[in-house]
Amino acid sequence: MAALLAQTDNQPGTRDERFLRVYLTAMAVLAWAAVLTGTYVIYPWYRATPPPGTTKLGAFPQRLLLASPTTSARHSIGMEWKEHVAWLAPLSITMSTVVFFQYGRNLRRDAPLRSTVLCFTLVSFLAAGIAGFFGAMPVEHAPVEGGPTLHMVYGE
Amino acid sequence: MSLPATSITPAEQAVAVPPSGAGAAAILAAGIGAFFLAVFAIAGDKLPALQNFFTFSKPTGPLSGVTTCAVVAWLVAWAVFHGLWRRRDVAIRPVAIGAVALLILSLLLTFPPITDLF
Repeated sequence: MAALLAQTDNQPGTRDERFLRVYLTAMAVLAWAAVLTGTYVIYPWYRATPPPGTTKLGAFPQRLLLASPTTSARHSIGMEWKEHVAWLAPLSITMSTVVFFQYGRNLRRDAPLRSTVLCFTLVSFLAAGIAGFFGAMPVEHAPVEGGPTLHMVYGE
Repeated sequence: MSLPATSITPAEQAVAVPPSGAGAAAILAAGIGAFFLAVFAIAGDKLPALQNFFTFSKPTGPLSGVTTCAVVAWLVAWAVFHGLWRRRDVAIRPVAIGAVALLILSLLLTFPPITDLF
């Protein structure tokens, strides 16, 4: 995208522009699908409340993490950041997609607009990365596979 | 040398470029939407009354209302600014600086150690 919008004398081809339109549209659709399924399908499982007297918390990930001081930060930092920051991704990438549809290769002529669209696109990737990392590693994988201690990297 | 029939001359391209207002409206609205997401998240976390208000879906809890309200705020802001600016050329630089500042602020405000300062 940055290469296509770079202010050079090389004119981007119509095929490149069409590819970027399709790519951005797919990214926007996938981003919305990810946050909607994450929020309304997966997250309710995560925050499910166990019946009173439940001692085995394996089916209640939020309560399992909060039950131990060695794992509670995975919820209070990891999950609480992930559940909100993930929503920046569809919002940002949708804006970038719409602006690219409106201006296309003419974005090359407007440096502040081009830079802002690229910035929002990068933030959407960053937000998706944060959400993916904190979702998959400390919160979902670790309680199942990692036990009470979170191993980020294993030595040889 | 004559251009192929499908080529667009720079002059024609200049005519076809929409006014910058539409782009400015889109980026400012995205910044506002992101900022509202962070503000609603903090409000929903800290104020019990808002926690109940934001619980649009019981299984999802306050997150459902926080995100729905932020998306509505984003779309309303976009519609308003688009209506105001779509036929105008707007100075993009100050709008862009404001939008990026709101976006960075929202990234920071959603980070729990910063959220907990409120």
